[in-house]
Amino acid sequence: MLLFLEQCLNGLQFGLLLFLLAAGLTLVFGIMDLVNLAHGSLYMMGAYFGATFTALTGSYLGGIAIALVATLLLGMAVEVIAMRRLYGRDHLDHVLGTFGLILFFNELVRLIWGPAGMNLTLPGWLNTSIEILPGVNYSMYRLAIIVVALGVALGLYLVVMRTRIGMLIRAGASNREMTGALGINIKLLYTFVFGVGAALAGLAGMMQAAILTAQIGMGENILILAFVVIIIGGIGSIRGAFIASIFAGLIDTVGRAVIPDVLKLVLSPSAASTAGPALSSMLIYLLMAIVLVVRPAGLFPAPGNR
Amino acid sequence: MALNLRTLVAALLVLALLLVPVYAAFIGNNFILSVCTRMVILAIAATSLNLIMGYGGMVSFGHAAYLGIGGYVVGILAFEGIYSGFIQWPLALVVSAVFALVIGALSLRTKGVYFIMITLAFAQMIYYVGVSLSRYGADDGLTIQRRSQFGDLINMSHKATFYYVCLACLFITLFVVWRLVNSRFGMAIQGARSNDTRMRAIGFPTYRYKLTCFVIAGTICGLAGALLANHTDFISPAVMHWTRSGDLIVMVVLGGMATLFGPLIGTVAFLALEEALPFVMSKTIDPYFIPSGIRPSEYWQIILGPLLLLVVLFARGGIDGFLARISDKEPS
Amino acid sequence: MRKSVLAAGAALLLAAVPAAAQQKSVKIGFISTFSGPTAVIGNDMRNAFELALDQMGRKMGGLPVEVVYEDDQQKPEVGKQKTEKMIESDKVDFIVGYIWSNVLLASVKPIVDSKTFLVVANAGATQVAGELCSPYIFSTSWTNDQTPQAVAAYMDKKGIKTVYLIGPNYAAGKENLGGMKTFFKGKVVGEDYTKWPDQLDFSAELSKARAANPDAIYTFYPGAAGVQFLNQYAQAGMQGKIPLYSTFVVDSLSLPRQKDAALGIMTAYQWGADLPNDANKKFVSGFMEKYKSEPSFYGAQAYDAANLVASAVAGVKGDLSKKDAVQAALKKADFKSVRGAFKFGNNNYPVQNFYMQEVVKDGANYKLKTVATAMENASDPHHGKCSMK
Repeated sequence: MLLFLEQCLNGLQFGLLLFLLAAGLTLVFGIMDLVNLAHGSLYMMGAYFGATFTALTGSYLGGIAIALVATLLLGMAVEVIAMRRLYGRDHLDHVLGTFGLILFFNELVRLIWGPAGMNLTLPGWLNTSIEILPGVNYSMYRLAIIVVALGVALGLYLVVMRTRIGMLIRAGASNREMTGALGINIKLLYTFVFGVGAALAGLAGMMQAAILTAQIGMGENILILAFVVIIIGGIGSIRGAFIASIFAGLIDTVGRAVIPDVLKLVLSPSAASTAGPALSSMLIYLLMAIVLVVRPAGLFPAPGNR
Repeated sequence: MALNLRTLVAALLVLALLLVPVYAAFIGNNFILSVCTRMVILAIAATSLNLIMGYGGMVSFGHAAYLGIGGYVVGILAFEGIYSGFIQWPLALVVSAVFALVIGALSLRTKGVYFIMITLAFAQMIYYVGVSLSRYGADDGLTIQRRSQFGDLINMSHKATFYYVCLACLFITLFVVWRLVNSRFGMAIQGARSNDTRMRAIGFPTYRYKLTCFVIAGTICGLAGALLANHTDFISPAVMHWTRSGDLIVMVVLGGMATLFGPLIGTVAFLALEEALPFVMSKTIDPYFIPSGIRPSEYWQIILGPLLLLVVLFARGGIDGFLARISDKEPS
Repeated sequence: MRKSVLAAGAALLLAAVPAAAQQKSVKIGFISTFSGPTAVIGNDMRNAFELALDQMGRKMGGLPVEVVYEDDQQKPEVGKQKTEKMIESDKVDFIVGYIWSNVLLASVKPIVDSKTFLVVANAGATQVAGELCSPYIFSTSWTNDQTPQAVAAYMDKKGIKTVYLIGPNYAAGKENLGGMKTFFKGKVVGEDYTKWPDQLDFSAELSKARAANPDAIYTFYPGAAGVQFLNQYAQAGMQGKIPLYSTFVVDSLSLPRQKDAALGIMTAYQWGADLPNDANKKFVSGFMEKYKSEPSFYGAQAYDAANLVASAVAGVKGDLSKKDAVQAALKKADFKSVRGAFKFGNNNYPVQNFYMQEVVKDGANYKLKTVATAMENASDPHHGKCSMK
């Protein structure tokens, strides 16, 4: 039972990390109608920035802060140089163009930082474990990720629901043309939203870097999961992305932990441990397929994207 | 304007493909044959994707799944001791068709980006099924010890023969697609792409038409999968990885959607770039970097990436569209 | 316009015709991973191989040496394709390399079919030592279950009764953990296989292992994944609580990034930088001088492979046309290995010692220190299944 609780925490942590990626993706998708495969590259760049700046400054929090600003700026630059030209084009053009960006960023990282990947060293106070329940130790850092991501989620909710810029974002997500016609500076809004999305992805990347190290191509597999999440949640809906992310994280982690043991009842141990992870990876896609068959526009479609 | 640049390029390409084995024998290097065999097989897959994506407007982000299904049918049968191509190939087609029918029936309920993602979801599920087949090598894949046997009829292990078999399959595929697209059925499919509601209003059961089209494309791609497994003597889940589906889309868009020869041109261009770019860079740029110990040719994708972006931005309609525009400008 | 297209086409065709009649040389194809996170391993192997060539004046048996390097991207199907390219297009005399068992397994068929000589410099797929053994395949490494065998013996000696296994789900991972299961005398209380090489978050597995409360955890993660595993093991607060035994997790490539997380970890190798023999001293000092870092066992195996090939070419006096003679010359293993005494068993796999090594801190550096000999003159457990006698 305690083990199950621990696995749920692991799943929650992974799910919240997914949410940070998915939030930016769903905003860009919902407002600019842009399929951005290169979102995963921004996640990777965030991880490398985080590792580099924490090493350079010698301070964990300071390095992270600089890295966040750096990914924000990088995101805005990418928007101005490349993405802006893709708005209004076919989704396929987006796929092809941003696919090209992925190749570019991967090679760029290899050129600058080398192929080996980079460690992000945690300060001592994060690199320990903490007793969350009597007899249950849990990684302090994973707990910190949960807290930070929940904070970001709450912040996003407040910004989108309570501020003027949030109103514009919501308006953009439900009716792009109309928002433009009202004389809002759409260009600036787009650059801003894209930059924030990039910073969120970068934050996810740099938090993950301390667990997994920064790696070339680290964004690609998680990107697909993030896409699945925003589709399940409904494009443009932050609330949908949040719920779907947590779902996906829990299913993935708990499934990975539980399914092999269940399968061992019917299969040989080695066959079970082969099929187990495969089945649990499959579950989330199964979930998406079922959701789409029943609700062809996701669970919480933004009003304009039905 | 009978012989414009566009048809000339297509004709030259076909002619070159026909002559590859002769050239390979002439220079005594079979590797080029191997590269071209791969090109031809992937061109079949790309052409089948173009049928649904280009003409039908159904962007499938999971088309590589059929490559895997066709390949696994061949691989698993060979592993279990059934080598006859008369059993392997038809079964590969039937199984692909059945999968396409199920996937298509469910996926076609959605539209646009949701369709892209649901096809991806199904492909990922099939990918993970491949990963969990521990009897057949799981992640590591399965080496195929003997290629499909066709009695004394055709020897698949002979490189040039196998190449011509693949090429024949490609030509048949092109012919089938051409006939389909120019039939009443094809017109209905293309009509549904631009305005589904109107097509339904004038009495076409578009769902059924699209589903049929989807199944045909899946079946053809399954054939490509069976060929690919025979070509590499190896099958693994990696064939179905989502990046492969992405590669196929890139090939079609690069060559030119909704044109007969576009996917073929795109496949050849994409794979040739993969082979040629590092080679050209190693001959031209690398020598300047010798003192620094860096080999720029190992970073060839840093060129390929932006190149793809440029194609999207400035050469709409892909290479074929580009050629068509030049042809139109050319005084004749 | 039309004319220029034709002209360009003709020029392309002509350019592709290779220069006629090449001069006589020894051509070696080297396949390893040069892209992605595990490229560090490939680069280390390439560096050691280049060092060996430099030290022999880039000549073998009086012939100049030509090396073609190809990147397998850690993918079986790519490795196979590159292998075929080397055989058919580059027409190499020897193929050297292979880090990954699954890449090797996919590539063996074309090599044996074309009767090209292969020297495996790392991948330890057990089938290649057993059922798939061939007079054309030689190895300067081991089989995947040998190093765990050595560690298992050591764990038994330490009085460990229960162990939990965590490893990657691919050919080598299954065989490595399988080796531990076969040779460890205590009880295996649980085993988990993770998706390879994508899955790098081991939280679910580590939680399960801790809940099972074993005497020790045993793991196998080569390359960058080993760094991540140790990090997460430390972050989960398990370091110092449940002892960790491993193979191929700590080496001179990963230690600079694992640092304190690796201290005290015991592992087994057939080679160590501190082995006291002349060939090894020449290798280690030469490597340090040229590349300013300590070589890893991957490098040592590639270095041995270069010297093995050189000894065979010298043995047949540069005449590579007679396959039987080359085979016999390779089998003699007439070279000074960096691991000391070296000879081949019936399946062309080395009969060799294995040593226990511990991670220690040496000033600011982290090093592997040889502390005991775990197995002497050990043959791999699969040589009986090989049809060669």
